[in-house]
Amino acid sequence: MEKLIILIVLVTGVIALAQLVRVYELSSKLKKKGEHDVNDRDNHLNAKLMLGFMMFQFLGFIYLMLTYGWTGRGEAASLQGVETDWLLNLNFVIIIIVFFITNFLLFFFSYRYVRKPGVKATFFAHNNKLEAIWTVVPAIVLAVIIILGLQSWNELTSGPTKESVRIELFAKQFDWTARYSGVNGKLGKYDYKLTNEGNNPLALMTTETIESARSETEKAIDAIEKELKLAQLDHLTSGYRGLVKASAYKSHIEEAYNAATEGDFNLVEVEESYKDIYADAKGMSGHVEVEIPDPNSETQKIFDRLEEKLIVKGRILRSIVQMQQNYNSKYDAYALDDIIQTDTLYLCKGVEYEMSFRSKDVIHSAYFPHFRAQMNVVPGMPTRFKFTPSLTTEEMRKKKADPKFNFILMCNKICGTAHYKMKMMVVVLDKNEFMQWEKSKQQNTFKDTYSAGESEDLANSEN
Amino acid sequence: MSTVAHENNHHDAHHHEESFVSKYIFTQDHKMIGKQFLMTAVFMGLVAMMLSIFFRIQLAWPGEESTFLNVFLGDNWAPDGIMKENMYLGLVTIHGTIMVFFLLTGGLSGTFSNLLIPLQLGARDMASGFLNMLSYWFFFLSTLLMFASLFVYDGAVFGIQIGDASSALPDHTVWDGSGPAMSGWTIYPPLSGLPNAEQGSGLGMTLWLFSMGIFIASSLLGSLNYIVTVINLRTKGMKMTRMPLTIWAFFVTAILGVLSFPVLLSAVLLLIMDRMAGTSFYLSDIIVQGEMLANHGGSPLLYQHLFWFLGHPEVYIVLLPALGLSSEIIATNSRKPIFGYKAMIGSILAIGFLSFIVWGHHMFVTGMNPFLGSVFVFTTLLIAIPSAVKVFNYLTTLWKGSLVLTPAMMFAIGLVSTFITGGVTGIILADSALDIAIHDTYFVVAHFHIVMGMSAVFGMFGGVYHWFPKMFGRMMNMRLGYVHFWITIIGAYGVFFPMHFVGLAGAPRRYYDYTVYQEFDQGAYDMIMDLNGIVTFFAIFAAIGQILFLFNFFYSIFRGPKSPQNPWRSNTLEWTTPVEHIHGNWPGELPTVHRWPYDYSKPGADEDFIPQTVPLKKGEEEH
Repeated sequence: MEKLIILIVLVTGVIALAQLVRVYELSSKLKKKGEHDVNDRDNHLNAKLMLGFMMFQFLGFIYLMLTYGWTGRGEAASLQGVETDWLLNLNFVIIIIVFFITNFLLFFFSYRYVRKPGVKATFFAHNNKLEAIWTVVPAIVLAVIIILGLQSWNELTSGPTKESVRIELFAKQFDWTARYSGVNGKLGKYDYKLTNEGNNPLALMTTETIESARSETEKAIDAIEKELKLAQLDHLTSGYRGLVKASAYKSHIEEAYNAATEGDFNLVEVEESYKDIYADAKGMSGHVEVEIPDPNSETQKIFDRLEEKLIVKGRILRSIVQMQQNYNSKYDAYALDDIIQTDTLYLCKGVEYEMSFRSKDVIHSAYFPHFRAQMNVVPGMPTRFKFTPSLTTEEMRKKKADPKFNFILMCNKICGTAHYKMKMMVVVLDKNEFMQWEKSKQQNTFKDTYSAGESEDLANSEN
Repeated sequence: MSTVAHENNHHDAHHHEESFVSKYIFTQDHKMIGKQFLMTAVFMGLVAMMLSIFFRIQLAWPGEESTFLNVFLGDNWAPDGIMKENMYLGLVTIHGTIMVFFLLTGGLSGTFSNLLIPLQLGARDMASGFLNMLSYWFFFLSTLLMFASLFVYDGAVFGIQIGDASSALPDHTVWDGSGPAMSGWTIYPPLSGLPNAEQGSGLGMTLWLFSMGIFIASSLLGSLNYIVTVINLRTKGMKMTRMPLTIWAFFVTAILGVLSFPVLLSAVLLLIMDRMAGTSFYLSDIIVQGEMLANHGGSPLLYQHLFWFLGHPEVYIVLLPALGLSSEIIATNSRKPIFGYKAMIGSILAIGFLSFIVWGHHMFVTGMNPFLGSVFVFTTLLIAIPSAVKVFNYLTTLWKGSLVLTPAMMFAIGLVSTFITGGVTGIILADSALDIAIHDTYFVVAHFHIVMGMSAVFGMFGGVYHWFPKMFGRMMNMRLGYVHFWITIIGAYGVFFPMHFVGLAGAPRRYYDYTVYQEFDQGAYDMIMDLNGIVTFFAIFAAIGQILFLFNFFYSIFRGPKSPQNPWRSNTLEWTTPVEHIHGNWPGELPTVHRWPYDYSKPGADEDFIPQTVPLKKGEEEH
């Protein structure tokens, strides 16, 4: 019903419009006006509207600027952010001046030089001096912008200093995990192949995790091989099943099949035994021709999928074995004291943080709007940046007069359905508070969580 | 047409024998092909605009039930009138893709290059009518595929089952997706490269990729044709330095297309291989949906480099034709020569060249080497110089003119305004240090929509109003045109001005809603929601205004008053052809060109315009 009403309204609207245009055209025909010629009345009206529009544009802009300027995000809460904001404001001043001047000229000329009877346009084709001016002046302004910008860029992207504290941010669909480097100040090594959802979700590398990943992968390969054999057997019996149902050999087949599903079988032997059964069956009924059908697309798909899985697991196993051979157990210590933090990222005011980023699945982007910091998180390619928080959460709450305010880390690169919910709370503490928090975490290192967690290999899980 | 003309011109001889199919469908006539591009693009533009209204409604009133959404999106995607998160991403993706490629590349360049290159150069047709026809039909095919991608649900397109119904299949089949492509119009892998990374990465993405491949083929066929035609088929006297700026713009656009689209094609092909053949061009060290992949050594950044190697010239593939059209419109309707003709050509060439070495400014925060970033800062900001030259030249052209404010002229003036407004914010985004703070926020969205989206759309509208008489032999209604212009420009600024501030408040793009901020930063949340309301209001306002255009356009095709031969009293050659379209464009011999196209209000002339075909008077200087 609603659709019908909408349709009727639309159709009536179009008809009404058509009639209006028709009337307008007929009336102008009566007045013998050329339809293609713009009459002076329209011309002048539109020229005035151009000025009016300019006012709308300028006032609208000023209104937005005054009402919304920076109030949303508030003051920058990192040393680097303060720097960025200063440069941003400088650039804004420049472009706003350009915006006002050029738009004013544009709309003012459109108004001022509208066609007037008896006034001819000035033939003015080019002027080298003018053109040189508006090539050189923008070039100079841009040079200033480029130099200031690059200075700032070089500072922002410069490497870590000795004092920098290292934190790793680990991203996956759709949450963040932080890893602190622990007492020794060094982050442990990692490799995505060591991932174990149960006790090692961040895939940290120690002698133990490598060994466990190796044995889990080997187990997984065995399991897939078994599954594949079962699937093949299942297919093999399918050719005989119809025959067997009616024959006296039913129990014999079932027996063989059961033995097979228990895993204690050899595919070649089983196949041979079926051939015997097949021959017997043929002997009994004489004219019955049973052939093993080609696997249909469904069956073939299952085979392909399992075979592909085997290849993938085989490759992973090989590289884990390689990893094991090359690994030096002195690195264990780096990983074992790491602190893994899933809900909130705690930072200390005034400390320079060297952040490194790692993704488990797709590209994410670590975006800290209040610190003016951002870096993509790319699978297979570690990225980094550094920043120094300059306001604690408490200080920021006072500045924003919002007692519930919290800093936030959000994802700023489309990463799937819940992209907009992928976030982590960030709390900036002052030095004392931060040291207290650190202390409370000392019994909660990777070493502790690893032995507490249960190994739950994702290699076996079917999504 | 005289009988003499018939005898002189064999092209014309077949004029009357055309069947419906050869005249309107598989036509090789550039004028008809131009119109085919225009019609397809108008349809696609309409679809993409509707999509934007849907997601604007979601952004302004998240979680509120809307019968409107339910009517259009159906129970699968908007049960109870609340849009699904995945559909939101799908809408954003398809909106961007259609607007950039199908409306502004296919529609703008396809329509006007086809229509104007032969007509303004004095050629009978394109160099190869057949390739030109293929170009359109490839475009049409890719349009269908992209449209199909929008209608994927549960492995079915338009309800016809193509793939597996279940999206949860663990294996890497191509057909296991169940929604439109959803990775944003830039479709960054691995999200787009792994069919099980999200709902839209299966069948929807496959269709997207094949559509894009075919689209690129279409674009290349078209561009090659334009280049060859411009170089070889200029009429007698039409030196390169006598070509209208429209042709210069189309020419450089075509060159950009030929040089950059193949790179996108390779990006797309590699992505297809990663998806279907198990290669690792873009994939490395990934565990997706609990499945550990063995792919190693690929780089998602490689895709981004390849994509933006097209992606940035693409901005100018979209913009240059619009600037070319507006140069012509502004000169004609100011009754003045375009100021600094040679500087305009120079800036088109400079922009064209620079556009190839700036792509990295899309990747400042991707983890690309910071030194490389600083090189791109430098090259990117350089583009501001030729752009500034263009703007000042437009302003000087208006200065002391005798402006005739036709709807086309007003859209051209609107274009200059949006080009400035959107261009200046580019200076901030090109500055890598500042980009960090606002990258991928609505500030970027506002910037490129104004500078590229609005400018190009204004150029296109201007072009349609100006050359409508040439296309259909009839005039469009001016009053409706004026109303349409005012609604559109007020809508455009109403939408995109506030959007800058949404970005400055820290709102990331492609977010289904901003409840995250509600939880953490009420101040920013309030501001974002306030502004989103304003933006959506103006978006709906502007969208409704387009009904006027659609009505005017289709009504005038059939019922508009007949057009005179040269309604705008313009100098260029297309206005010397008869109003009725004929094969070969000119009934008799091809016109000879004696002067540049901008002799408006030349001192000593009787009229305020001198067509290019008029020989120089004795002692008259060329310009």
